[in-house]
Amino acid sequence: MLFTSFEFLVFLAVVIVCYYIVPKKIQWIFLLAAGYVFYFIASPVYLIYIMTTTVSVYIFTRIIQTRKDTFDIHFKKIKKQLDRQQRKDIKSQEKKKEFRLMMICLLFNLGILAVCKYTNFAIGNINFLLGAVGSSKRLLTVNMILPMGISFYTFQSMGYLIDVYRGTCSAEKNLGKLALFVSFFPQLVQGPISRFNDLSKSLFEKHTADYNTITFGMQRILWGFFKKLVIADRLLPAVLEICGDTSKYQGAYVLVGMLFYALELYADFTGGIDIAIGTAQTLGIHVTENFRRPYFSKNIKEYWNRWHITMGSWFTDYIFYPISICKPMLKVSKFSRKHFGEFIGKRVPIYLSSFAVWFATGVWHGASWNFIVWGIGNFVVIMISQECEPFYRWFHSKINIKDKFLFKLFQIVRTVLLMSCLRMFDCYRDVPLTFKMFGKMFTGFDISQLSVSAFQLLGLAISDYIILFGGMILLVAVSIIQRKGSVRAKIAERKAPVRFIIWYALFLTVLIFGTYGIGYDSSQFIYNQF
Amino acid sequence: MRKRLIGITVSFIVAAVGLWFLQKLLMPKYMDDIVEGAMIAEYYDEEKNHDVIFIGDCELYENISPAVLWKEYGINSYIRGSAQQLIWQSYYLMEETLQYEKPKVFVFNVLAMKYNSPQSEAYNRMTLDGMKMSAAKIKSVQASMTEEEDLIDYIFPILRYHSRFDELGKIDINYLFKKDKVTFNGYYMRVDVKPAQNIPEAKPLGDYNFGDTAYFYLDKMVELCEKNNVELILVKAPSLYPHWYDEWDKQMSEYALDHNLKYYNFLNSTDDIGLDFAKDTYDSGLHLNLTGAEKLSTYFGNILSTECDLPDRRNDKKLKEIWEEKLKAYDDEKNRQYAENEK
Repeated sequence: MLFTSFEFLVFLAVVIVCYYIVPKKIQWIFLLAAGYVFYFIASPVYLIYIMTTTVSVYIFTRIIQTRKDTFDIHFKKIKKQLDRQQRKDIKSQEKKKEFRLMMICLLFNLGILAVCKYTNFAIGNINFLLGAVGSSKRLLTVNMILPMGISFYTFQSMGYLIDVYRGTCSAEKNLGKLALFVSFFPQLVQGPISRFNDLSKSLFEKHTADYNTITFGMQRILWGFFKKLVIADRLLPAVLEICGDTSKYQGAYVLVGMLFYALELYADFTGGIDIAIGTAQTLGIHVTENFRRPYFSKNIKEYWNRWHITMGSWFTDYIFYPISICKPMLKVSKFSRKHFGEFIGKRVPIYLSSFAVWFATGVWHGASWNFIVWGIGNFVVIMISQECEPFYRWFHSKINIKDKFLFKLFQIVRTVLLMSCLRMFDCYRDVPLTFKMFGKMFTGFDISQLSVSAFQLLGLAISDYIILFGGMILLVAVSIIQRKGSVRAKIAERKAPVRFIIWYALFLTVLIFGTYGIGYDSSQFIYNQF
Repeated sequence: MRKRLIGITVSFIVAAVGLWFLQKLLMPKYMDDIVEGAMIAEYYDEEKNHDVIFIGDCELYENISPAVLWKEYGINSYIRGSAQQLIWQSYYLMEETLQYEKPKVFVFNVLAMKYNSPQSEAYNRMTLDGMKMSAAKIKSVQASMTEEEDLIDYIFPILRYHSRFDELGKIDINYLFKKDKVTFNGYYMRVDVKPAQNIPEAKPLGDYNFGDTAYFYLDKMVELCEKNNVELILVKAPSLYPHWYDEWDKQMSEYALDHNLKYYNFLNSTDDIGLDFAKDTYDSGLHLNLTGAEKLSTYFGNILSTECDLPDRRNDKKLKEIWEEKLKAYDDEKNRQYAENEK
């Protein structure tokens, strides 16, 4: 059920009405049922996967929690009889046992994700290698089921598992409540990836229908529809046209395609997240924000702190830090410092951990070398940018332009272009072709290619470009206003007729200029495939 | 609280009126090239006490002239026709018509029997958009939808036509609330001539049997007419193309016999009607032009008045007045088209 489908709107309306009608005590049970119905409609088979993850995580977190609780009681009793070393040893032994339990559950669930998502990718690579060594043998690809949103709910569940292991959150005793956390339908298909401690409170508490909460949620949904239907899906034909015919569209067209895709992806993904967060808000549930005006970032590091925030923080907390401080890494660090000096030695663990994070980020995005190279590309750019820091500091100490508007604008444009270049890996068929087209952008660049009639050949009419231009202005304006606080809150302060005109105008814009219905290919959200 | 409720109510009313207006603006008006889409809606403006209602596709609305039936036999008739009208659409139009009036005869053109499944959204729209919202319309939409269509798009056509914003023109403004009549009691007049030549040969078919769905709705038509005490007459218009196979004709003859219905295949009576396909068609034999339609109407009117015992209502004062006005418009249009043809 696509978020922008009529079916979803009907489903949501029914859920909202029933949610506030049912006794408050069972509101969370109703939400769980709604999530499973949502998933069941997509495919009944998917339910088996999400339930397997839920049950396995429940069992293991309960075992870990029980061990922790029992150990704490036992430890308190014997603590005084032990010396410092003995205490440390006992704690360490217990931690190891809990770690083993956590790892079993982690590997089991990541195994499901890997098998569902990466089997055919692995087979493809094995076949490539077999061909490279001259073997005529080939493995057959397998018709695998890829449950909707598996990457999102698996990561969310694994985050919870690790948090329980770390003791940063207590294991949920109620299987149903955990199931709701895993299957909360607004964020099931494309995130955000929530933490148990952040989501559980508002997810399980009782909610009373509140006019402001519901209308704010609906306004956010409407804004998401605007981004997805008016901007992202309107741009889609042009992106497909440019990236689909690489012999025809070279040079300046590659640049256009790259920028169009950057805008499409932003409108598509943030639009989807707006709908997810808005949907949760109509139910009185607070979901973590996933974006903070990423295209206003002045460097790539800042960009990644503002784009897909919940995924970034997941990788930082559950991959980067554990790898950085794990024993083997400390040994590597020590070894490097000893043999290569302080300069290289202190960088090795950061480089290795960052590489692992970005490699995993690439793999998480999809079973394709394009994503892996894209992830590594991000790693390279971030590391270069980090190494250039001293130079930047020196430069700014000499030339005082850091706070000038034009320089900030330059930084923003540079970051957008850089990220857009990296995003080219999403657009083209394979890695060599992406590099080739990247090169063509410079070698075959001819500005005269970009005439008005040439733009019309991309599958968009003049009216489409006018709508896109207007839509972009609105996007930028809203982002600028957002810097000083919630736009919805600002609008809510206005008089009723003004509020009505603003929201009604946005509604009509989506209704009339949205790309939906016959004549348009309704497009799946890009991040649904992850 | 009261103030807020009033505010919400007013907002909803303003929003609904705005949407209604936009929907009106964006819906195709069918007032220039393709006028077939405007035909179905014209019925609702009529005085509803017809003796005969013709229901079917272009083989009726281009081949029968109610004006002639009135002039020559005093039969007050109307054609609820639309392009490629499918049999389930005809059935639900019958059902809907019976909500407004109870004619003595329904005439159905059997060419629609060849279709057993939904065909095209564009043709669906031309029949269904013109219907007023009713249970019959909903059922007709459900029966007619192709895979790409949704019921909600018919209930709120703005969801279908929103993308027409860049096609809007003068016509959309001029005909926003009031449309011109494009037919004469459902008859679409054409006076031009294009002789029938090189009629394509009939392609052999793998299966000549009409489909189950087509028969299902024909059965329903029979039932509906019996229940409402209306006579159902089946006809096949004398169009040379699309081809009407003998096997099809046999099935219809047998069906009519089994169900005690009258069935007239006018292809077998072209000489009696006096049709000359060198002069009486405007598109090489697909449809009749005015002269052809008037000849067929004279012929069929005679059958209707004699065999169906339809009274001559030319002495009905009210009807006479209505028809006088209609006949004037009919003759004016005829003269206008002839004059234009001569240019």
